[in-house]
Amino acid sequence: MRDFSYMQADSVGAAVASHAKGADSAYISGGTTLLDLAKLEVMRPGHVVDVRKTGYDTVEQLDDGRLRIGTNVTNTDLAYHPIVKEHYTVLSDALLSGASTSIRNKATTGGNVMQRARCAYFRDTAAPCNKREPGSGCSAIGGHARSVFAVLGTSEHCVVAHPSDMCVAMAAIGGVVNVEGPNGKRDIDFLDFHLLPGDTPHLEHALEADEMITHVTLNAPIKGGKSHYLKLRDRASYQFALASSAVIVAMDGDVVRDARIAMGGVGTKPWRAAEAEKSLTGKPATEENFAKAADILFANAKPTDDNAFKVPLGKQAVVRSLQTVTA
Amino acid sequence: MSNDIIGAAKPRIDGPDKLSGRARYAADHYPANLTYAYGVFSNIASGRIASIDVEKAKKQPGVIEIFHHDNFPKLHRSPSNFAQQNKVDEARLPFEDNNVYYGGQFVALVVADTFENARDAAHFVDVSYQESKPVTSLTVALKNGDPKQAKSSRHTRGDADSAFASAAHQVDVTYTTPVETHNPMEMHATTADWNNGDLTFYEASQGVVFAKNTIAAVFGINPARIDARAPYIGSGFGSKLWIWPHAVAATAASRELGRPVQLVVPRAQMFTTTGHRPATHQNLKLGADANGKLQAIVHDSVNSTSFVGNYVETCGSVTKSLYDCSNVRVTHATAQVNQGTPTSMRAPGAAPGLFALESAIDELAEKVGMDPLALRKANYTETDGSKSLPFSSIHLMECYEKGAKEFGWDQRNPEIGSMKNGTEILGWGMAACNWEALKRDCNARVALRADGTASVSCATQDIGTGTYTIVAQTAADVLGLPLDKIHVELGDSAYPSGPLSGGSWASASALPAIHAAAKKAADQLKGYAVEEDAVFADAKTDDLSLADGKLSLKDGQSVDFVQILQKRKVAEAFGEAYTTGATGDEYSFRSFGAHFVEIGWDPGISRLRVNRVVSAIDCGQIVNTKTASNQVEGAIAMGIGMALFEQTEYDHRSGMPVNNNYAEYLVPTHADYPEDVNVLLLDHPDYKFNDLGIRGIGEIGITGMAAAVANAVYHATGKRVRDLPIRIEDLMSA
Repeated sequence: MRDFSYMQADSVGAAVASHAKGADSAYISGGTTLLDLAKLEVMRPGHVVDVRKTGYDTVEQLDDGRLRIGTNVTNTDLAYHPIVKEHYTVLSDALLSGASTSIRNKATTGGNVMQRARCAYFRDTAAPCNKREPGSGCSAIGGHARSVFAVLGTSEHCVVAHPSDMCVAMAAIGGVVNVEGPNGKRDIDFLDFHLLPGDTPHLEHALEADEMITHVTLNAPIKGGKSHYLKLRDRASYQFALASSAVIVAMDGDVVRDARIAMGGVGTKPWRAAEAEKSLTGKPATEENFAKAADILFANAKPTDDNAFKVPLGKQAVVRSLQTVTA
Repeated sequence: MSNDIIGAAKPRIDGPDKLSGRARYAADHYPANLTYAYGVFSNIASGRIASIDVEKAKKQPGVIEIFHHDNFPKLHRSPSNFAQQNKVDEARLPFEDNNVYYGGQFVALVVADTFENARDAAHFVDVSYQESKPVTSLTVALKNGDPKQAKSSRHTRGDADSAFASAAHQVDVTYTTPVETHNPMEMHATTADWNNGDLTFYEASQGVVFAKNTIAAVFGINPARIDARAPYIGSGFGSKLWIWPHAVAATAASRELGRPVQLVVPRAQMFTTTGHRPATHQNLKLGADANGKLQAIVHDSVNSTSFVGNYVETCGSVTKSLYDCSNVRVTHATAQVNQGTPTSMRAPGAAPGLFALESAIDELAEKVGMDPLALRKANYTETDGSKSLPFSSIHLMECYEKGAKEFGWDQRNPEIGSMKNGTEILGWGMAACNWEALKRDCNARVALRADGTASVSCATQDIGTGTYTIVAQTAADVLGLPLDKIHVELGDSAYPSGPLSGGSWASASALPAIHAAAKKAADQLKGYAVEEDAVFADAKTDDLSLADGKLSLKDGQSVDFVQILQKRKVAEAFGEAYTTGATGDEYSFRSFGAHFVEIGWDPGISRLRVNRVVSAIDCGQIVNTKTASNQVEGAIAMGIGMALFEQTEYDHRSGMPVNNNYAEYLVPTHADYPEDVNVLLLDHPDYKFNDLGIRGIGEIGITGMAAAVANAVYHATGKRVRDLPIRIEDLMSA
């Protein structure tokens, strides 16, 4: 790890100002991504701005029914928050399926949104990686690319999946990422926050220079909605998803009134499946319709040499989730 | 032996020290003036170092010295001789030359004033390589040429080829197992401290005597000048049996600099430079008659080895003796790949070998149309056919029967996929397990002390298995003292020479020596007690007994043993004993067992989990049911990992490992461990093996486990997976 200067900010304004002093600044909260990657020399911040003392560590229900989550709320606190447990079970379940207890105790909401890829080649400074060194090439393509690699949203420059479970649930729920920067505050639609790799896989999110996340504000729960998070992986715990599905469905009798579907482990970003959702709206909750929605979801899938199984696995995940919430 | 202490379920006496952090491991020692070393590791798998530029690195804060092949001191290779107790698996010394034989090989060593400064500076060492095309896997190596036969472990009897050719039922299949990495929690670590030519050597080691002798050979000094210490290690699974390059590098740096040096091997290099279980390709040919009686067994295996060591994984070591069969051939061969040198990993040979054999037996049972347990019983033998000797003590049939009864095997519907529970298809499989009973020479010292305690010392180790506790139990049994009055000293080469903690032989080797030494200590105490003017001056030693801290006469007169010592004005009554590792030539000594496994396969979401395990184990006298069960339970977990998860993955172009961390090298988590695991310990002492009837239990539990899981997977899915690990994509329908 390279030496860096360190500043503990007591307000967002101070944090943003400190961050803006240098070109190689990084915000830190729980540190579960930054410190890990700094030790590997994958990230080499010259200046680290600690935002833990800025506040923003509460969960509040807004008057319009939305849920505002402070950036410093830990994954553990968020998962066990009474409102989240009762009205956003998909989010609570997703959080608790991620990482380990000790990591969740440290990791924060904003940090989880900013979590970086788990690709072995990204983490190995001796290997070419377009995300780490733009233009150097993608070692995963033609290399070893099974567990943490995507089948949706990939490009010839990068194929790694977005690693978060939390963000998959948030993508299904919908909402905005509230950010603050040198030019003030703004909101970014959650679905627009993470970027597809395209030919710029080093650009991962929609933050402008020196902006920091202050909250994630989730949409109000769908009336009558039931939700489910299903994470499929080789072992039962402490593994990134091979495929996961976050599903929220509200029914009118036997007919789907409203469906929200997002996928993890298979997409280069938290993967909201709008077309699949549309195919279900107004339709009976049958296995056939679920299978059709799953086929639509993966219609454009492009597996690597090693992860073709993620296409049928992803379909199984979404079908089982839909069955579970409509049973 | 009395029964209230031997065989009892005693908690570990070292538990409080470990939980509170008082137990100090190899990297928990901080001698004055300590420096820290950090490696620079090759990021190519094959080639040579063209140049090393250390100028920038040397200017980093705190850097003291940087070693590499141009300036590393000239040392000697260890003879690598087991009898001389200086065996190594990677004979090449670090920085011997500028060749790169594997990825993650030491190419330089930075020594600095802090760990962080050493690690930071290591990133500034600029190494240029001339790369050559690496041999990246066993498969590639076998395409390049024929493997090298390992003649010493070959076994033939009868005419296996003819018997196979004419057998009514034949199985001829190939199994593969991947490279597996030990991944003990504690990293390999060395703290080396030279003082006027004497070396204090803290090493994460499963054998302090081997560590001492190997380092002495490498540095060309008298072993008596080295004190090798490993009072606690965070497990090893075989990876810490021998000295690896990091220990030589740190010790040499310390001698060169005249300051103590500490080196911790990073997790990533635990996958490259401290051994692993090699990949294996195993061809099994089984021939049986119409009744399932084995006519022929051929087990030909080949394993990957490195270019700097020839390690043979003896996959056929159990095959030659487990079943009654007159026509058997077992061969082993090796092929070189550009990976670090393989080494023993829990149940070397037997773990991958029994995956193949016990899977093939399951395949044969299906061909014959027999229940797999019935086929095993039909081929049961109490004679080791490879040695033509009876087994000293065998209760395998009891393992089969008790295990089957506990599991409910008679309820098994043999039809594939026929047993269901909700969305899951259940699969029931079983396999035999087996491990050689071994023992080694051992010395021990036991003393009854004037402060009312006893001490036991032996240069063997507790590698996390419970050795401290069972040593205390053995001494307590003889001395009649409670466990908390017994102070056990292990893991220091200054103590009486004891065995490596490996091969499941530590208990069978050390406990008889400790038992004998304790008896001698008691005898010396009794001798003091009957001396002229002593408490029992008129008695004979044979009339005295030692219990509850007191010496007693049959008539009831008793005196605290401390008083005897105080009257004699001595610190202690002690005994030293030696027990031999020789076993004679009348018997074959092995341990036996059987695993019964239920898996659940949910085809709707391609989820595979182990639901239930029953394991019946016959390994002689059980000293502590708690630690013994724990060994088998841990081995079951490791066997589940071997079956479903474990595999060191390499980039097929570069040969570099890509999952060299705890997140991506998958081992079972607690959530993967079935709630319903039942270990049945048979507890039949084997007095033909040693006076205490102990055979050891560290390894047998992993043998056969992967096959039992694979057989259960077949029963559920109809998919016969012959290549470990079994992955969900192997089971998903096309």
